[in-house]
Amino acid sequence: MIRKMLDGNGAAVEALKLAKVKVISAYPITPQSPIAEKLSNLVVTNKLAAKYVRVESEHSALSCAIGAQLTGVRAATATSSVGLALMHEMLGVASGCRIPLVMPLVNRALVSPWSLWCDHQDSMSERDSGWLQFYAESVQEILDLLILAYKVAEHDEILLPVMVCFDGFFLSHSVQPIEVPEEDIVDQFLQPYRSKNLYLDPQDPMFINNLTPPDEFSEMRYQQMQAFKRALKVIPFILQKFITFFGRTYELVEDYRCEDADTVLVSLGSMSGTAKYVVDQLRKEGKKVGVIKIISFRPFPVEKIREFAKGKKIIGVLDRSPGLGAQGGPVWLEVCAALADMNISIFSYIAGLGGRDITEITIKKIFEELLNKTVKNENKTLNSWIDTDKNALNIRRVKQNV
Amino acid sequence: MKKLEKVKSLYGPVATVFNKKLTGSWRIFRPVFNDDECFNCLTCQLFCPTDAITFNKERNPCLEFNLDYCKGCGICMNVCPRNSIKLIKEGGDD
Repeated sequence: MIRKMLDGNGAAVEALKLAKVKVISAYPITPQSPIAEKLSNLVVTNKLAAKYVRVESEHSALSCAIGAQLTGVRAATATSSVGLALMHEMLGVASGCRIPLVMPLVNRALVSPWSLWCDHQDSMSERDSGWLQFYAESVQEILDLLILAYKVAEHDEILLPVMVCFDGFFLSHSVQPIEVPEEDIVDQFLQPYRSKNLYLDPQDPMFINNLTPPDEFSEMRYQQMQAFKRALKVIPFILQKFITFFGRTYELVEDYRCEDADTVLVSLGSMSGTAKYVVDQLRKEGKKVGVIKIISFRPFPVEKIREFAKGKKIIGVLDRSPGLGAQGGPVWLEVCAALADMNISIFSYIAGLGGRDITEITIKKIFEELLNKTVKNENKTLNSWIDTDKNALNIRRVKQNV
Repeated sequence: MKKLEKVKSLYGPVATVFNKKLTGSWRIFRPVFNDDECFNCLTCQLFCPTDAITFNKERNPCLEFNLDYCKGCGICMNVCPRNSIKLIKEGGDD
């Protein structure tokens, strides 16, 4: 184990290096660019025995990674925001062909308005793409979840691609001290890559991704659905193994001071740290509050969340994506569906869009609102855009010339 | 003892059994060559997309179509400066 000062992108590169990826096709996009740069640097200085393929877009980047992985090696790519949107078609190919790719995704808002900064709309737009989605809270978690992701993706019973999402700039560019495991320990944990399902081999030819008529399409989707179900069962065992190898404990979804709490906030990604800090402060004031932090959004750990939510009266869900046209944010929708019969008031909050900080003030405000919401008949379906300016409809006022 | 076959289900869209079918089976029209008009310019051979035309001066007729691969596209007919290639319907006219 080595202690290093790394930012989120650096930690992601470290993880891909430890996984010994053999082909890299990453197209740079802010805030993911340092990943592409650092990987190419490792290749050119012979610190990583891999082929770096220069591609002309994210669509090609993922296509290339898919083809490479099918030849029987780990392939790597990484992206962000509109880059992920451009990958949209190939995301489905990777998951449909059951290719266990692992991809770091640096969360950044989608257009329009153009933004370089963090929110979760990019990954939330791909939540049904057939990829597993893990969300990291800290730089250490980025590295750990990526190493874990390889083990999960390549498991015989799962064979699905995984994206490890982490917040742009808040994590990708924030330098934190982390523990980087030794190469040989990761080697023992991951084992060399071998194609277990589909592969490209001239000695044993396969025609992959052929046209599939209606009489088999549903069955293949069903196989994917079953793989997600199995993932929920298998990942806890892999996490147990992770502890023995690396000494750090993770769960699909984690609770923070929830046991005796009445009011709980559900969080995702880097905001969780702030939420925990606010919980500590409110606890000092004698308020019974807690945090449920979701690490695995896909598969959605329903049973575990129900367990944590048991006996709670009020739950707030803080989404970092707007869920436009829906009744609330995407995480809120999932939580509502999971806890439908439990007689809990669940409120949707939307904050931190396009790079806006989710500060302790924002989270304190949410908790204060939740703590005052003892009256049950309040309209739950109304989104609460907690950090939006009151004057939102009147910004950029102009004098009309016509 | 009979050796047990190793069987495994593959996930996702994949085919492992291939039926070879020659491109000649696509043909609706077949090229027919008229030796009298031809002055051996070989433009047809140059343009044939499946390389199905062979030329041999000693042979009669000097031009031959490999009907295993000729798709009947008619490019040879179109490029022939002497109109010495015609297309006729496979299986005769009805």
